Amino acid sequence: MSSFLQFLLKGIAVGSLYALLALGYTMVYGILQFINFAHSDVFMLGAFFSWRLSVLFKINEPSPVAATGVLLGAMALCSLTGFLLERFAYRPLRRAPRLNVLITAIGVSLFIENAGQLVFGKNVVQFPPLLAEHTFEVGGVRVRSVEVIAVVTAFALMVGLHTLVYRTRMGKAMRAVSIDHNIAGLMGIPVDRIISLTFVIGSALAAAAGLLVGITYGQIKQPADSSWVLYGLKAFVAAVIGGIGNVPGAMLGGLLLGLSEQFVAGYLPSELRDAIAFLLLIIILLVRPNGLLGRRVVEKV
Amino acid sequence: MSLLEVRGLDAHYGAIHALQRVDLTVEKGEIVTLIGSNGAGKSSTLRVLSGLLRPTAGTVTFDGRSLIGLAPHAIVRLGIAHAPEGRGIFGTLTVKENLELGAYSRSDRAGIRADISRMMVRFPILGERAGQSAGTLSGGEQQMLAVGRALMARPKLLLLDEPSLGLAPQIVQTIFAIIREINQEGVTILLVEQNAHMALRVAHRGYVLETGEIKMTDDARVLAASDEVRKAYLGIG
Ligand SMILES: Nc1ncnc2c1ncn2[C@@H]1O[C@H](COP(=O)(O)OP(=O)(O)OP(=O)(O)O)[C@@H](O)[C@H]1O
Ligand SMILES: [Mg+2]
Repeated sequence: MSSFLQFLLKGIAVGSLYALLALGYTMVYGILQFINFAHSDVFMLGAFFSWRLSVLFKINEPSPVAATGVLLGAMALCSLTGFLLERFAYRPLRRAPRLNVLITAIGVSLFIENAGQLVFGKNVVQFPPLLAEHTFEVGGVRVRSVEVIAVVTAFALMVGLHTLVYRTRMGKAMRAVSIDHNIAGLMGIPVDRIISLTFVIGSALAAAAGLLVGITYGQIKQPADSSWVLYGLKAFVAAVIGGIGNVPGAMLGGLLLGLSEQFVAGYLPSELRDAIAFLLLIIILLVRPNGLLGRRVVEKV
Repeated sequence: MSLLEVRGLDAHYGAIHALQRVDLTVEKGEIVTLIGSNGAGKSSTLRVLSGLLRPTAGTVTFDGRSLIGLAPHAIVRLGIAHAPEGRGIFGTLTVKENLELGAYSRSDRAGIRADISRMMVRFPILGERAGQSAGTLSGGEQQMLAVGRALMARPKLLLLDEPSLGLAPQIVQTIFAIIREINQEGVTILLVEQNAHMALRVAHRGYVLETGEIKMTDDARVLAASDEVRKAYLGIG
């Protein structure tokens, strides 16, 4: 029983990070119908920016205020990265064939990884202790305070995004652009600005995921390490499972993936953990080709 | 000065020359119709006016300002609303959200709310279905929504692209009655139609477009009575 609870909590912790990352993939896909391969690099940058900001401001001991400051700083820097990425790499290709855009995205991704190695080095970096590490017991299970804070932060950001997308004028504009750029333009919506905004928001969430990964694991691997890409790939799979282009779907997919990984690794040989994402993807797409919350293509009159 | 003045307009889709030296004017308060058969370039003309299609030559002046090079959202702000071919309803959004989006260029919240109520009085079906996905509306209802949504921008000039397409005769009558009403309330209208019969009845003036070129222009009544139009577009003679 206690191991069940352990897997549940760990699954939620990992899953909420996948979810944060999945949101960026799904929002960009929803609006431009392309997979932003460089998203996992923005996520990586989020972790490294957080580290550098902590070093810069000499944060050597846990402080919630400083941690929040670092979070906001990393979000701002990644937002800027996402903005520039869209403005200078993707926007010039807005009318080009999908394949060109995809190749550009892969190129940008490699560029960021190599530039990242140059700037941040090739070693594992010890992440500064931004938050105090406590452990306490719940139902016979050890729970780390930083994991709780990570989950709470991730959920708060997701609720914020959900509110933005479904309750504000700007969110309505984002949804309209994701349905049809031309018609959105005819409504008076500045389509290019909304696309920029989508990258900015997705990148900010990736930055948060980067920081939370650093805090949870206490160290971050070098910029070109394959684990960043694997993380991104799984988050993308989570977005597809939930229904690509669908915001609540990305959150659901992320949590589901995190939970299944933990339970599979817990009860079955743990080598299966990384395979579960893809297995889950195949099963769900067989049953629901548009993902869990994806809509069937609604009547196009 | 005319409200809208188009001079020597050319537009291409790749190698396809869709519009050739199109001249067209619309005076304030008019209903002007643009008729022509399939592929004549009617929609392309409207697409240039609303910024969806970049012309390759010519000038477009609206209210004394050039529209060339402006993005669609900027053109809406100047007072042109375009209800496009195929209606362009956001099917997964609600009827009310569609109407709200029509007013995206405005910032007077109270005015927008009042206009939404007004639309729901003018088009009672939109009131009844306000919270429903717009994709569940019938074709005629979607057309009402498309017109209502375009009006939400409070345009000076309304571009309508084949509002009667695919609708039952009775609904077509209703749509044309609404077009006349809107015009009487002070909105200038440029109406693209294949249904030349109805269009020439509601319009003040008309243009006949053939393979990208303006072939004739005159008072709507004169056009409706002319042999060429009667043969080619009214199926008479
Ligand atoms: N997106 C496009 N790509 C390539 N060619 C196009 C495109 N849209 C229109 N055309 C071509 O441009 C010409 C004018 O088309 P347009 O849609 O303006 O005609 P239309 O008068 O509106 O016709 P319809 O009555 O069928 O709506 C046609 O030859 C058409 O095939
Ligand atoms: Mg047309």
